[in-house]
Amino acid sequence: MTLEINAATLKLIHAHLESAYPEEGAGFLLGTDGDPRRVTAILKVDNAREASARHNRYLLTPQDMRRAEDAADEMGLTILGVFHSHPDAPNVPSGFDRAWALPWYSYTITRVDAGQAGSTRAWRLAEDREAFEEEGFVMSDQ
Amino acid sequence: MPQLKIPTPLRPYTGGQAVVTVRGGTIAEALADLTAQHPNLKQHLFNEAGELRPFVNLFVNEEDIRYLNGVATPIGEADLLRIIPSIAGGGHSWVLMGTHGNFLSR
Repeated sequence: MTLEINAATLKLIHAHLESAYPEEGAGFLLGTDGDPRRVTAILKVDNAREASARHNRYLLTPQDMRRAEDAADEMGLTILGVFHSHPDAPNVPSGFDRAWALPWYSYTITRVDAGQAGSTRAWRLAEDREAFEEEGFVMSDQ
Repeated sequence: MPQLKIPTPLRPYTGGQAVVTVRGGTIAEALADLTAQHPNLKQHLFNEAGELRPFVNLFVNEEDIRYLNGVATPIGEADLLRIIPSIAGGGHSWVLMGTHGNFLSR
């Protein structure tokens, strides 16, 4: 399991997450499934949680999901997963992440410290929902 | 019979089917039929207490069942049901402990 993302797309993710700081930012990862999974586009989404919770919670609504599906269809791509940030916190999934996780999707978590996006790690929910399994995360030039 | 559209991340559990034909006169019956047809789907739709997981949103012909009658909402032969997930998550609640930057989860 490897998730590959090109440098320009990762830069867009970082810019969105930095602009959301100190709140959590999030959006959809679009691309083509395979081995590796290739992310070629993102869809930035506003965090729908209430302001008091946005520092450590994000929410993408069913309406966001429908818009993302439509956008993916128009581009001939698939929604491969979701990116989000953990501001000033480790980029490992929380129990809350797991409770809400869907199978199959790739979830990337970028640590954003003091407004600067740092390292990103990618995870998928285990089949029994008991844990996240880390997947390879590779940046490509294209 | 009603048709139920499955979102991409759950299609591995329906043998790749995007749309499943279900039996039942209510949403609850349709879901019971869906999970009887595709048992591995159940753990992703329902929690251990048998309640729908929080990310599961169900629509009947574009109407969210929360604004209808929930899982007791009646459905007809020609209705199109759709599961549309909402996505949520977020970091731990962290407390800075001591002077060396050790973090402890609350």
